[in-house]
Amino acid sequence: MDGFDSVVQLLDSTGSPVIDSHYSSALDNSSLLALYRDMVLVRKLDEQATALQRQGELGLWAPLIGQEAAQIGSGRALAQRDYAFATYREHGVAWCRGIDPVDMLRFWRGTMHQAWDANLHRLYGYQVIIGAHALHATGYAMGAYLSGRSGTGNSETDQAVVAYFGDGAMSEGDVNESFVFAATYQAPIVFFCQNNQWAISEPTKRQSRIPLVQRAEGFGLRGIRVDGNDVIACHAVTAEALDRARSGGGPTLIEAVTYRMGAHTTSDDPTKYRDGSDDELWRSRDPIDRLRIYLRANEVLNDTFQSDLDAEATSLAERMRIGCRELPDPDPLSMFENVYCAPDARLDEQRSELKSILAKMGD
Amino acid sequence: MEQLTIVSAINKGLRRAMAADSKVLLMGEDIGKLGGVFRVTEGLQKEFSDERVIDSPLAESGIVGTAIGLALNGFRPVVEIQFDGFVYPAFDQIVSQMARMRYRSRGALSLPITMRIPFGGGIGSVEHHSESPEAYFSATPGLRVISAADSHDAYWMIQQAIFSDDPVIFLEPKRRYWQKGDVDTDADLSSAMPMFSAKVLTDGSDCTLISYGPTVVTALQAAKFAQEDGVGIEVIDMRSLSPIDMHTIATSVRKTGRVIVVHEAPGSGGLGAEIGQRIMETCFTDLKAPVLRVTGYDTPYPASRIEEHYLPDADRILDALEKVMSY
Repeated sequence: MDGFDSVVQLLDSTGSPVIDSHYSSALDNSSLLALYRDMVLVRKLDEQATALQRQGELGLWAPLIGQEAAQIGSGRALAQRDYAFATYREHGVAWCRGIDPVDMLRFWRGTMHQAWDANLHRLYGYQVIIGAHALHATGYAMGAYLSGRSGTGNSETDQAVVAYFGDGAMSEGDVNESFVFAATYQAPIVFFCQNNQWAISEPTKRQSRIPLVQRAEGFGLRGIRVDGNDVIACHAVTAEALDRARSGGGPTLIEAVTYRMGAHTTSDDPTKYRDGSDDELWRSRDPIDRLRIYLRANEVLNDTFQSDLDAEATSLAERMRIGCRELPDPDPLSMFENVYCAPDARLDEQRSELKSILAKMGD
Repeated sequence: MEQLTIVSAINKGLRRAMAADSKVLLMGEDIGKLGGVFRVTEGLQKEFSDERVIDSPLAESGIVGTAIGLALNGFRPVVEIQFDGFVYPAFDQIVSQMARMRYRSRGALSLPITMRIPFGGGIGSVEHHSESPEAYFSATPGLRVISAADSHDAYWMIQQAIFSDDPVIFLEPKRRYWQKGDVDTDADLSSAMPMFSAKVLTDGSDCTLISYGPTVVTALQAAKFAQEDGVGIEVIDMRSLSPIDMHTIATSVRKTGRVIVVHEAPGSGGLGAEIGQRIMETCFTDLKAPVLRVTGYDTPYPASRIEEHYLPDADRILDALEKVMSY
């Protein structure tokens, strides 16, 4: 197992604060409680979606369990004006960007490819092709700079972009090329790599002989390795990297060291390729437990908050169950929409053909 | 004779090729310990070692590009692309490099590479998991493109592809992966039907129904319905998309005078267009009706909840049949 060498950590796995020579948390108690709430709710969201898949309501689901701190810590560091490009596992990031969990399910139920308004939420739809969006994010960041929406010195309006991907994506050409572009043009971007140790069945060492963060130096990026199960540290390093990017200080690669506690997707069977010996270790590093212990020990989290949160989680799950089953199937004829910006004669013919088939079926 | 699924037939074909030639090696994402996401390579790493069944880094261009280098150095790489939609990052290595190595080296260098790609829709999957990319490859000189529609062909054609000295794109009909069929695994490879020959599956004199891959079963269903109505259908499984076995097709068309081509990929610029044109060039005076196509529509693959309306089905084929019969 890739070790925890030189990771930024502000809260250790026992829930004790850690002093870091460079980073400290700017979060007050109510912010910490909010992060705790986010993590508890997205874990519930994830559990519920997994259950819905098992019940046949979803075609597939990619569980995020174990990665709540990396996604919530970084996701909450984003300003509304920033833009995020994420993969199919970033439900926690989507949560932070205000995506309704039922809308997340549309993709997995197969009712639409992209369920939310990307520009409204400033979150691009789930990306399935590994690493492809890292280049889009880099180009978007170049555009933010070129159009004067970043690097102006105005800390209220300058924007940054975050690209999320995993350890597997670090091998893709697109990701490596995006590092080159980002460094060359000093694009205002943060590459947030969740190293969850597994690309389906392949351990991270199949992608790299060295800690992934060390690649940063070779590309001319700033590199930071963070304990991906420490939500406070993830928030701190991302916030700092975003500030740097917005102010024209250039791109950063963050490697968040975490663990995929579940399967790659609901179609996957991890017992085929990992023996579970690491599971115990990573359960002891659970991102939610350590924050709960800390908040309890410091009397920030009380029984009332916890029971209210549990009730909120239960009702979220119920809302997802109902909402999922009520998601309408798309109109078959909608498949012809938005192939092009303008009407297309051939597609019009094909639409008419399908329309008459459907009419016949209805007879 | 064994009853095998297509998955198991390919697995056994791979095993036999690996046993026959120590230069055959497998490479791809998750093909080793996991045995591939569809379990096509299950057990092979254990049997042949991780030097012959290689779990690659997550980089499709890297997989194909290094397979080219391995082939230049005497190996017969069989690479797996996990899903059809993941082949595009490797497009340059396939089209600009692999396809033309023999040509540009004036025959000095050959690339005996097999690229296995599960293709097509119908499994209720998410975006980029249901593509039919065959036309890109069949339009590329230097590549051979084949597809097995049943277990028997899967077992033999994977071996023929591996021992071909040209690069072969081997398209696996993923929604038929679990379909069972008889395979005579004791036979000799040399006795198998030639890799580039089409296969006539049913005998009929009224219309020729040409397909390949996952829609061969659909064509057979339609033929059965038509037969019940007294219309005789000759179903042809093309098996090879590049080259196209025009001899078998033309022989049938001369008999029936009517043709429908069925495939899942979008119609425009698809294999149906090529076949229709070739029939016009060779059998124009035999035709009693225009060649029709029943294909996926010219849209990106739709969301899975409506994919059944995108995929050609027996009803759409019968509609086309009505048209050619009443022309």
